[in-house]
Amino acid sequence: MSGETSRRVFLQTTGAAVLGIGCGIPLVRALASEIEDEQGTGPRWAMVVDTRKCAETCGKIDGSPPCAAACHRIHNVPTKIEDPKEEVKWIWTEPYEHTFPGRDPKYLSDDLRGQDVLVLCNHCENPPCVRVCPTQATWKRDDGIVMMDMHRCIGCRYCIVGCPYGSRSFNWKDPRPHIEEVDDDFPTRSKGVVEKCNFCSEKARDSADGTWTPECVAVCPEKALIWGDISDPESELRKTLAERFTVLRKPELGTRPRVFYLV
Amino acid sequence: MIEKALGGTRRYWIWIVVLLAVIGAGTLVYLRQFQEGLTVTGLSRDVPWGFYIAQFTFLVGVAASAVMVVLPYYLHDYKAFGKLTVLGEFLAIAAVCMCMLFIFVDMGYPTRVLNIALHPTLNSLMFWDMVVMMGYLVLNVVISRVTFSAEQRKVAPPRWIKPLIILSIPWAVSIHTVTAFLYSGLAARPFWMTAILAPRFLATAFAAGPALLILICLLVRRFTGYDVGREALKKLGVIVAYAMSINLFFILLELFTVGYSDIPEHLEHLKYMYFGVGGQSTLWIWMWASGIIGLFSLVLLLVPKLRTNETLLALACVAVVVSIWIEKGMSMVVVGFVPNPFHEFTEYAPSASELTISLGIYAVGILILTGLLKVALDVRKHKPKVV
Repeated sequence: MSGETSRRVFLQTTGAAVLGIGCGIPLVRALASEIEDEQGTGPRWAMVVDTRKCAETCGKIDGSPPCAAACHRIHNVPTKIEDPKEEVKWIWTEPYEHTFPGRDPKYLSDDLRGQDVLVLCNHCENPPCVRVCPTQATWKRDDGIVMMDMHRCIGCRYCIVGCPYGSRSFNWKDPRPHIEEVDDDFPTRSKGVVEKCNFCSEKARDSADGTWTPECVAVCPEKALIWGDISDPESELRKTLAERFTVLRKPELGTRPRVFYLV
Repeated sequence: MIEKALGGTRRYWIWIVVLLAVIGAGTLVYLRQFQEGLTVTGLSRDVPWGFYIAQFTFLVGVAASAVMVVLPYYLHDYKAFGKLTVLGEFLAIAAVCMCMLFIFVDMGYPTRVLNIALHPTLNSLMFWDMVVMMGYLVLNVVISRVTFSAEQRKVAPPRWIKPLIILSIPWAVSIHTVTAFLYSGLAARPFWMTAILAPRFLATAFAAGPALLILICLLVRRFTGYDVGREALKKLGVIVAYAMSINLFFILLELFTVGYSDIPEHLEHLKYMYFGVGGQSTLWIWMWASGIIGLFSLVLLLVPKLRTNETLLALACVAVVVSIWIEKGMSMVVVGFVPNPFHEFTEYAPSASELTISLGIYAVGILILTGLLKVALDVRKHKPKVV
């Protein structure tokens, strides 16, 4: 074997080995993390939306209801984007027929027809967005909140494709010039990343006992939104679920949404 | 060997300059997209994937189709494909490179794209797609390089290459299967949630890919005099005929299940795709064109007398590629999003920026293919007798 050939063979072998180890180690690590148990024992957050109270309180309001306005204000959501195709929103309203499709609209009760229903991320127990994300930029916390790491997101939008609820928004352009008034308590985003409702998890920072109330729940004048720990049978949320009939958006998909609706 | 790509006739250089100009235009527009974000595309919150991802899907098929020449040649020792195989492998290499570029330009935050490798996520089909695409690229580069350099030195290729060649056959199937899984495993999008998506992808791939290969062979023969032989072209035509028939059969299966079960969630997409129901776009006209062109190609392909006429075969191949490109490259991705999860119809059309960038990527692929073919054909021309 000539000197040149053996050097080439050496370089090729080394290169292949480096490539193999480089790809292999993260793979093994990922495998290991897959088998970890994700179920925690602490609180698991959920919400009940009382659509009738919503309709009574905000049904006649033009534009954003106060809960959405407050949410978008404290989270630096770029509400000044005019083009509906590039809108970024965390919580908003959709007509009843669109929120709960598949029912025969012809014989819908009059009060439900065209009624605005609040929609937001469902923080699914079995979230498809988390399943499809190629970088774990979106993941499910032990307390049930589906989180977004906007510093890891590569902007592939697979989570938007995988979400059956249209809950996620993409920053098609730099959102900063389109924020009404920047709130320094919450980070702004860059173009090219996905964002969505986080159940105000940032509020845990200023909380002594680790609990908090999301902004939308706090600002609602009629207490149309009930928020609480779904693992606690004594919580107001659980009592409401036990006493009253609630519906979920597209329950047949097995995502197990954690936002319930009283209709 | 590679220096062969740098010497050529005037015509060769004009071709290269044209390709470079298109690549330049695409790059400039991409820089604008990089600066301003994906707002320069026609995409929206309701249709988050569009032309780029559709081209990716189409080209994965082209890449996978190399197996249609590799398999008969290496597994069945079908000698007539001897001069063709390397062309198939080169087409696969060029197609995989284009696929990767189309994914790259679709990223909202392209400078973070390596996060896919840094945080490998086994439950994400996108991760697996990257794995199989990279693997397929490496396989094809290694196989074509090793077999070709052996041929050049008039020795038998080393024995260790044979297992790799055999591995490349199921691997080719895997790249298009995993690409179909990207779509077919999503409860959110009923239009794609069909187990027959992967087989359909493969059928369209094995029709459009070899059809493209026939056209490339005819062009190469015309411009360089390198002839893969009548027998090889005829056999490729048969492959296209079978694959296109199976493709049509699969489409009918899909139409039956969705149509007869009559579940609105599934049917609405088809109604939008074929009749424009609910929307305003003209996509349905394209889909009818795709169907008619496809049927036309099938007539040419199924009648042996027509298929064996080279001019008509070329016409049939153009029709196959156009028909399948409309279906995979224009409609299949977009219709999955219309209507959206709220049953609203948001239209999508690629923007001029999107089209220019896409054209640039196609030019990169053609440039890669041109360079590879130039090297191979120059080498073969000087040593016409090969092992």
